[in-house]
Amino acid sequence: MTEEKVLELKERTLKFRNDLVDILHHIQTGHPGGSLSAAEIITTLYFDKLNIDPENPKAEGRDRFILSKGHACPMLYINMAERGFFPKEDLMTLRQTDSHLQGHPCAHKTPGVELSAGPLGLGLGAGLGMALGERMKKSDAYTYVLLGDGEVQEGGIWEAAMAASKYKTNRLIAILDNNGVQLDGTLEEIMTIGDIGSKFESFGWNVIRCDGHDIASFSNAVDEAKMSEERPSIIIAETVKGKGVSFMEGKNIWHGKPIGPEEYKKAKMELGGQN
Amino acid sequence: MGKMIAIRDAYGEALQDLGRRNEKIVVLEADVGGSTKSILFGKEFPDRYFNVGISEFNMVSMSTGFATQGFTPFVNTFAVFMTTRGIDPIQTLIAYDSMNVKLCGTYAGLSDSYDGASHQAITDMAFIRSIPNMTIVSVSDAVETKKAVEAISEFDGPVYLRLSRAAAPVYFDESYDFRIGQGVEVRDGEDVTLIATGTILHNTLKAAELLKEEGISAKVLNIHTVKPIDEKILIDAAEQTGAVVTVEEHSIYGGLGSAVAEVLSAKCPTPMEFVGATEFAESGDYDELLEKYGFSPEAIRDKAKEAIAKKKI
Repeated sequence: MTEEKVLELKERTLKFRNDLVDILHHIQTGHPGGSLSAAEIITTLYFDKLNIDPENPKAEGRDRFILSKGHACPMLYINMAERGFFPKEDLMTLRQTDSHLQGHPCAHKTPGVELSAGPLGLGLGAGLGMALGERMKKSDAYTYVLLGDGEVQEGGIWEAAMAASKYKTNRLIAILDNNGVQLDGTLEEIMTIGDIGSKFESFGWNVIRCDGHDIASFSNAVDEAKMSEERPSIIIAETVKGKGVSFMEGKNIWHGKPIGPEEYKKAKMELGGQN
Repeated sequence: MGKMIAIRDAYGEALQDLGRRNEKIVVLEADVGGSTKSILFGKEFPDRYFNVGISEFNMVSMSTGFATQGFTPFVNTFAVFMTTRGIDPIQTLIAYDSMNVKLCGTYAGLSDSYDGASHQAITDMAFIRSIPNMTIVSVSDAVETKKAVEAISEFDGPVYLRLSRAAAPVYFDESYDFRIGQGVEVRDGEDVTLIATGTILHNTLKAAELLKEEGISAKVLNIHTVKPIDEKILIDAAEQTGAVVTVEEHSIYGGLGSAVAEVLSAKCPTPMEFVGATEFAESGDYDELLEKYGFSPEAIRDKAKEAIAKKKI
């Protein structure tokens, strides 16, 4: 990735963090913490890596992106609107009656959403099915699945991990948003996932580590994952929950708390000060 | 009475045959392919057969991915595991987005008799019926099984196909006009209507014979599509006979009986009785279990007489 591209994506993520705080403050519901930790990951995919066409969201042979940690969908929707999948005005209708933007991603309401998700642990198996379907159609498209680190506590993830290894789906790329915090506390407090890289390695996966807030680092990790010849890949992206808003960082309370007026001012000031 | 053919054998052969004619069919299995008979497809089409091991949650999740790619997945395991282990992705992924997935749950009712209550499915239709967008097809003989497999493969949307392990007499012939959503009158009668789904249809027909010996004329309906249910055939039959008994190898809560009661109570209130499970069964010979747990022709006959008695009050 060129330095120019990195700068462009950095600017976008700063703008998107601002948009996110604006939207969630306006609607007084939604999940800021996990949306902010995934900002660089989702933006790099949508503005550099994914082979997708907003004009033709069902195009054959396109890359697929599944937001398995569906609660981070505000950041997904902001990216999709900017790419032109639907009008930006729709963003303020998030979670409101009659909106196509549901509280968790809904494939039959929002154009470009590839899979409904939200109940955790479902996206990796579905992504595996997609990747196998692509292979049967002799397509060289990639299927990306963004997982939360709390999400891998779900047993279904490991069923899918075992199967992806059996079927050698090298074009299936999982990304772990490893922010260390879940709803009730840190993963260490609630349910540690231990050395998660070793676990996936022992399941036969190609494990790649990167800094999930460093766009060049994440971009390189994706490029490396795409080179895998037989194994499915998982990119373990080290992130910070609530990244970019100091009082949200690393705090489980900001998993899904409404943003109050003073908090809003402070968050906007911090995000305005960043570049 | 026609010759006996196991429903699972008829299913396995129908699926294999479908695979020859339709390249979009993919088959998923959770390590019971020898039991579900999906193995027949797997042997002929190994590239379209995915045995994912003992992981029903993942199997159902994966099937969604195939459906998004334009394939028609047939997903196989025991009915009880499909609808307990697989229920999360069934609801969240398949039903919510109306995915074109065919969930084929076998060993329904008490048919896995020797394995005991843990392997018998008496709640599967209740789970599935409560989920929006789902269609439920439940078959009674080998011909109906074959026709149902063809019909659901052509139907665009999620279907739960309920299959038995048991051998059942072949009642229908090849000219049988099977249509999803359409009930079938298999015997005309005036005094009571017996409404059955699945292989218990055969005991229901025997019950109608027993009633005839007592001078009671019973109409018998075969409701292969439990959801959406054929309201017209139910209402017409209730109006004609004035008493109804539902018969299903399933809990009386949430399955065929509930579905019929929902229609009739709103549109044609009619005295009803319910033949179905009210408790977990046990290990044993299949026919002995049917007898012990109230599914014998005599038990159905007695329920019919109770329903008739209520209309005379």
